Amino acid sequence: MSERILSVLVEDKPGVLARVASTISRRGFNINSLAVGPTNIEGRSKMTIVTELESVEQVKKQLNKLINVIKIVELDPENTIESEVLLLKVSINKDTQTSVIEKASLSGARSVDVGQDYAVFEMTGSSKDLDKLENLLKPFGIIEMIRGGRIAIQTKL
Amino acid sequence: MSEEKLTGAELVVRSLEYMNISTIFGLPGGAILPAYDPLYDSPIRHILARHEQGSGHMAEGYAQATGELGVVIATSGPGATNLITPLTNALMDSTPLLAITGQVASEAIGNDAFQEAYTVGLTMAATKHNYLITSAEEIPQVLLEAKHIATTGRPGPVLVDIPKDILNQKVEWIEPKLIDMPGYKPTLEPNPKMIAQAAELIRKSNKPILYVGGGIIHSKANQELFELATKFKIPVVTTLMGRGAFPDGNELCFEMPGMHGNYTATTSIQKSDLLIAIGVRFDDRVTANPKFFAQNAKVIHADIDPAEIGKIREPEVPIVGDAKSVIIGLTQQLEGSELNTSEWIDELNQMKKDYPLSYNQEEKGPLKVPFVLEELQKLSEEDAIVVSGVGQHQMWISQHWNFTSPNTWLNSGGLGTMGYSLPAAIGAKAAYPDRQILALDGDGCFQMTCQELITASTENIPIKIVVFNNGNHGMVRQWQKIFYKNRFSASELTHHTPDYVALAESMGATGLRMVEKSDVKKVFQKMLEIDDKPVLVECIVDPEDMVFPMVPAGGSNDVVILNEDDLKKI
Ligand SMILES: Cc1ncc(C[n+]2csc(CCOP(=O)(O)OP(=O)(O)O)c2C)c(N)n1
Ligand SMILES: [Mg+2]
Repeated sequence: MSERILSVLVEDKPGVLARVASTISRRGFNINSLAVGPTNIEGRSKMTIVTELESVEQVKKQLNKLINVIKIVELDPENTIESEVLLLKVSINKDTQTSVIEKASLSGARSVDVGQDYAVFEMTGSSKDLDKLENLLKPFGIIEMIRGGRIAIQTKL
Repeated sequence: MSEEKLTGAELVVRSLEYMNISTIFGLPGGAILPAYDPLYDSPIRHILARHEQGSGHMAEGYAQATGELGVVIATSGPGATNLITPLTNALMDSTPLLAITGQVASEAIGNDAFQEAYTVGLTMAATKHNYLITSAEEIPQVLLEAKHIATTGRPGPVLVDIPKDILNQKVEWIEPKLIDMPGYKPTLEPNPKMIAQAAELIRKSNKPILYVGGGIIHSKANQELFELATKFKIPVVTTLMGRGAFPDGNELCFEMPGMHGNYTATTSIQKSDLLIAIGVRFDDRVTANPKFFAQNAKVIHADIDPAEIGKIREPEVPIVGDAKSVIIGLTQQLEGSELNTSEWIDELNQMKKDYPLSYNQEEKGPLKVPFVLEELQKLSEEDAIVVSGVGQHQMWISQHWNFTSPNTWLNSGGLGTMGYSLPAAIGAKAAYPDRQILALDGDGCFQMTCQELITASTENIPIKIVVFNNGNHGMVRQWQKIFYKNRFSASELTHHTPDYVALAESMGATGLRMVEKSDVKKVFQKMLEIDDKPVLVECIVDPEDMVFPMVPAGGSNDVVILNEDDLKKI
C-alpha cells in the first residue's frame, strides 16, 4: 500500500480536529502523520493527513460530510513539496561531541543547545531526511525526539 | 433605542417560536431549568416524556410522520446520555432532529461537575453536527443553522449544548439569518450528463428494477417516482425505509427485498440487468453478501449523500442529487422512449404467483401475526400511520401491511432500536391528532419504553397499541432455532411476564386482550372505537412462528429460504 497525502482545509472551530480524527479512526484507517496549523486565510486551518490506504475515496467523502470541513485535496506526490520539523536531544561526551555535531550539521540539522552531556538539534526537511538524521544519531543515544508532522503543498498553481 | 434584553433561555424559546416549532418533547433537570421557565408561557406545546430516550423517539416519530424537524430538549449529564440512542437512530434513518441540551456552567466544564457529561464529544458520532454555545448572542443564529443542517441535504440529528450560565446571560436578540456555510453545500441538482447516461442505460435495459428507499420519502418524490415507473413500465422494489414510497397493490410494485423480503423482490434484483437505485444505501439487510448481489446488473446509483455512492457497490452511473430532481430529470430524458419490459413484468408476476407470502392461520390454533395484521388493516383507516418495534413483528408488518402512501410507516430501520414504537407513535399522534396511529409492537420491545404509556394518557394522546405477545424475543429465538440448535439462551420472556392489560389500565389506558381467531375482529373494533384515551391490545400469538422468506446474514440472495423445510439449504 502506498502513502496518500490529504490536504484538508477546515474552519478553525473548536472540536474540528477531534471530528476529523474520529471520522478517520472510526473506519479503522491509520494516520501516519497529521499536522494542523493556521493558513493565510483568517478563520481557516489546514490539516495535512498522511495515511496508507488502497483508496482514500471513502475517507475523503466521509470527511467532506463534516460541516467544518471545507475542502479536501489529495496531493499528487509527483508535484508536492513536503516538509517536517524535528527536535532531537542526543547524549554526548567529550569523545563524541565533535563527531555528533559534525554528523548532524552535514545532514542539515542545526544545533540549538549544547550542554556538557547533551545536544539539541533542530531540522526541517523531508521526512526521509529526518529519518536519516535519526538513524545517524541513534548510536550515540537519543534521549528524546519530537517531530511536528508532515506538511505539504502542491508545486503547481 | 436598543431592544430590551433577554436571557439565553428566553432566546432559546423565542428562537423555537421564530422557527415555527409548535411541539417539543423533553424532560427537565438542573442545567436546562432556565429554559423551562420561559417555556411555561410559550404557545409551544411541551410533551413531558418519562425517559429521555422516549422523548427522543417521540421527536423522531413527529419528524418521520411529518417530514419536518422534530425537537427534543433535555438536561445535562444523564439527560444528554439518555438521548444517545435516539440520536444515533435518527442519524441512521436520516431523520431531521434538533436536540437542545443543558450543560453545566461554563466555568465548571471539564471539572467533573455534578451532572456533567462531555455531551458534544459523546454525540459527535451520533449526530450530523453538534455545537457547544459559548455566548448567549449566538443562540438564535446557531439554532437556525442547526435546523438548516438537520433538515437539508441528507437530513439528520443536530445537537446544541448550552451551559447554564449562558441560559441566564442577558443579551439582545439578534435576528438570525442563514449565512453561507463554506463547508456545507449539499448538491441538489444532478449533473445532466449523468442523467443522460442513466437514461441511455435505462433505454437499453430489458430487465430494469427501480430499487428505492427512504431517500424518496425524505425528498417527497413519491409522485414523481410514480410517474417515472408507470410511464415507462419499470418494476419497483421498496426497501424497509422506503415502504410507502410507491404504492403496494400497484402492478409494478414488488415490495420489500432483502433478508426478510419477499421472494420476488429479492430475486428480481438478482435477475435484473439494470438497478436504478435511488435514495438507498445498499444496506446489508438488502444485499446480503454484496459480492453475490445483483451480479447481472449494471447500477445507476443516485443519492443526495455522495459518501453513499460507491461505498458498497461501484455504480456504472453515479448521480449525486436530490431524489426528486433526479427522477424528474430521468423522466424528461426518457420522454418518448418506450421500454421493452412487458416480458420482464410478466416474469415477475408469475414469480409472485409461484412464491407468494404465506401463513397458516388455523381456526382453533394460536394466532399468527400476519393474519392479525391483515384483519387490523381491513378495519383501520386508509391514512393510518403504523409504527413498529424491532423483531419478527416488524418484518411481518413490512411484509403484510399494504402501504400506499409515504410517511405512513415508521420504524427503526438502520439501528434496529427496540423501544422505538410506543414513543414514536406518541410523536406521530402529537403531529396528527386526527389520524389513527397504530403502535404495533413486540412484547420485548414494549417493555423497553412502556413507561411512555403514562405520557400518552396524561398528555391526552390516544394512540392504539398492539403488543404481539409471543412470550419471547421472537427474532432472537428464531436465530437460536436456526443457528444455535434450539438453545434458547436468554430469549424467553415468559417466566415473569407483565399483565399487559392491567399495566395499561394502571397507566390510564384501556387494556384489551385477544387470544383466538374469533376475538380478533371484535377486539379491534372496540380498540378503534375508543378515541378518548390510549388503548392497548395484548395479542397472544404463536411463539413458534418464524419469519420467512429469509436470507441468512452474509449469504447470497440467490438462495432464499422460503420455509422451515427449506432451512436444509443452509
Ligand atoms: C435495544 C436493542 N437491544 C437488543 C436488540 C436485539 N434484538 C433484535 S430483535 C429482538 C427481539 C425483539 O423481541 P420482541 O419485541 O418481542 O419482538 P418479536 O421478535 O418477538 O416480534 C432483540 C432482542 C435490539 N434490536 N435492540
Ligand atoms: Mg416477542
